[in-house]
Amino acid sequence: MTQLPTGINRKLKGKYTFKRGIHPPHRKMSQASPVERVVIPAGHTVLIPMSQHIGAPCEPIVAAKDEVTAGQVIGQANAFVSAPVHSSINGVVKQVAPLMHPSGRKVLTVEITATEQQPEPNNWKNCPDIDLEKYEPDAICSVIRDAGLVGMGGAAFPTVVKLTQNEKKPVDTIILNGCECEPYLTSDHRLMLEAPGPIIAGLQLAMKAAGAKNGIIAIEDNKPDAINGILEAIENVPNVSLAICKTKYPQGGEKQLIKAVLKRDVPNGGLPLDVGVVVVNVGTASAIAWACIEGRPFTERIVTVTGKGITRQGNFLVPIGLRVSELLKHCGGLTDDAAKVLLGGPMMGPTTATLDVPILKGTSGITVMSESEVSKQEATACIRCSRCVDFCPMNLVPTRIAHASKARNVEMALDYDLMACMECGSCAYVCPAQIPLTQYLRSGKAQARNKK
Amino acid sequence: MAEKEQVQEKILLVSSSPHLVEPATSRRVMIEVAVGCAPAALAALYFFRGPAAAVLISCLAAAIGTEWLFNVIRKKPQTAFDGSVIVTALILGLSLPPTLPFWMAIIGTIVAVSVAKMLYGGLGNNIFNPAMMGRAFLMACFGMAMTTWSPNTYQESQVEKAKAAQQEYVKTEATPLSLAKDPIKKAQKLEEQKKEEIADGNLDYAKTLVIDKSTRPPVNQITGSIFMGATRGSLGETSALCWLIGGLFLLWRRTITWHIPVAVLGSAGVIAMLVWLINPAVYANPLVHLFGGGMIMCAFFIATDPVTCPLSRSGRVLFGLGVGGLIMLIRLKGGYPEGVMYAILLMNSMTPLLDRWTRPTPLGGKAAK
Repeated sequence: MTQLPTGINRKLKGKYTFKRGIHPPHRKMSQASPVERVVIPAGHTVLIPMSQHIGAPCEPIVAAKDEVTAGQVIGQANAFVSAPVHSSINGVVKQVAPLMHPSGRKVLTVEITATEQQPEPNNWKNCPDIDLEKYEPDAICSVIRDAGLVGMGGAAFPTVVKLTQNEKKPVDTIILNGCECEPYLTSDHRLMLEAPGPIIAGLQLAMKAAGAKNGIIAIEDNKPDAINGILEAIENVPNVSLAICKTKYPQGGEKQLIKAVLKRDVPNGGLPLDVGVVVVNVGTASAIAWACIEGRPFTERIVTVTGKGITRQGNFLVPIGLRVSELLKHCGGLTDDAAKVLLGGPMMGPTTATLDVPILKGTSGITVMSESEVSKQEATACIRCSRCVDFCPMNLVPTRIAHASKARNVEMALDYDLMACMECGSCAYVCPAQIPLTQYLRSGKAQARNKK
Repeated sequence: MAEKEQVQEKILLVSSSPHLVEPATSRRVMIEVAVGCAPAALAALYFFRGPAAAVLISCLAAAIGTEWLFNVIRKKPQTAFDGSVIVTALILGLSLPPTLPFWMAIIGTIVAVSVAKMLYGGLGNNIFNPAMMGRAFLMACFGMAMTTWSPNTYQESQVEKAKAAQQEYVKTEATPLSLAKDPIKKAQKLEEQKKEEIADGNLDYAKTLVIDKSTRPPVNQITGSIFMGATRGSLGETSALCWLIGGLFLLWRRTITWHIPVAVLGSAGVIAMLVWLINPAVYANPLVHLFGGGMIMCAFFIATDPVTCPLSRSGRVLFGLGVGGLIMLIRLKGGYPEGVMYAILLMNSMTPLLDRWTRPTPLGGKAAK
């Protein structure tokens, strides 16, 4: 591991961590690759699903053969917990139809064929100084809503819902999540290295919007270069500090991060808002800045392409809706021993059976695992070794819940706080019997939902 | 479209996350425990030679054979070679006296694997530690053979030296723990006699019936031999040093956590220390209790059996405290010189209750109902 900054800096806080959790191999193989823009050639299409976030799906407001421009709203959000969808390219709508979605289901999707004339590439690195006085909290929120911003860390929760001020639950701190504890993925790391300016601006805007006094940027100590860069960038920024967190999975889990940095317990079944905190991904912060400065909607993001099953690894700035197959082709295609394609990192990323699915607002990486990286061990009997209990970052008893959900005993599973599980995968990672505990817990949650 | 198809010409695997797993497997856990047992097993072979080999080989063969047969009869996947049954056989074998006829060892092992493990549903489902169940069965059936101790070869060769330092020990051919028990029994008898005399009115005579405070239990003299292993006893009962080496190996490999060993040795050590401080003329020094008998083996290898101990850390600490306390209760007050076996079995039966009492609270508290 590289050295951490040694210079004494008042902005530098100690090393934060949480109890339990695991230490998977980092394998951040693409961390040295600068972000590279991927442009969609004329004639190729993008797939923009109407549901890319948690909450109500959007309603398409374009029809086949309509001409659209990059940044134009093509899906309208009609609920509070939702986010509008924009076209990421100039083009012509080919069809509006239910198409394959990364979730494995078919979702209403707008397919757009790119035309010759594409807009100038956006500036994403250097943002001008912002005058915070110019922005009112309500105005920031409405800009964020119109820009269709959702959490870019993976869960894709509409950002505006988190930042809208609520008199009953005032927010005092905003934590920017730059931990990127998921192995393999490096998109947040590259963003922090190459474009710290917009991240800091976004944090200040988010603080203003939510009425928060403090801003903290949390980074794991395995990214000393990012820590140095952010430290320099926040040198003269008031009320903003840096928290160096120990490298441990899942350090970037919302509840773990709040516990580590602020020692606050988010109540079981509650939200960070309940303890006066909002956690925002660094990528989202950067998008907030561009939305407020330029009114730029959320139409592109950084995606890591990594794993031993891909010819060329790297980090790419891609239009939302780009086909996974197209990005992988850009990276030289799959190697002969590629076995699994994950939309995300190896701990939480779902697999996809087809590459004909789009990159969504919440897709932080594509991990192509080779045969050698994939474990195909058969599950054996549980020996009650209690490793899953010892390592569960939520302090649950995964083996008990898994047994209950296997026996379809929903009540017992719920009694053991099944719903507090965030499916981080730590239990299945440490299980010596190779029992797919996380899968059992997931199926238990589905059983519980069906029972309601 | 043609290019797209070119990228995806292969069939991709689909599975639920996580897609990374730690390389540790149950088999490796079992192998590590077996490796941890190796120093003590080698010491037993060195001290007791042929008879020890006969007992250990009988146990291993019977254990693997029983589990194999069970799976064949029940048409279940073969688990005889997953390592767990080897650990059971080693623990059981090392808890038996070297002079035990090999067929008794075989019977004990068959009961341990079939009744105490396979009838419950195999690995992970048994309530009681199979090795201790097998030993309890043998104690019930062949009490004499289970408590006849012979000197080990190391002693034979050094018998002259031993005579000088350990007179009583050589004379009685008892295990160190029986030696530790003798003064306690003597003191109890004296106490009873005193009561009788007082009842009979012989007050003056009763006053003379006190233990000489200046004497010390003779077992104290052989503390060193107990630690190194040059004493009589079960195969694995002899060398505390070897078990400590094995136990530290397990801690280093993180096969076990520190909770149970520390709790067992802590509670037993504190009790042994207290009674020793109160009456050193009757009670052996605490080191005899910590290193004598199966204490170290129990703390690191028997009580830590994951299947039969609680899941949470606090539960494991309570379990260990209970095991240590019960061992000392039996050693000091019970009818047997050694209490490991019953302490383990009694605490095994407490495990479901301890699991219920010590269920961890989720981060952020229990969900509101």
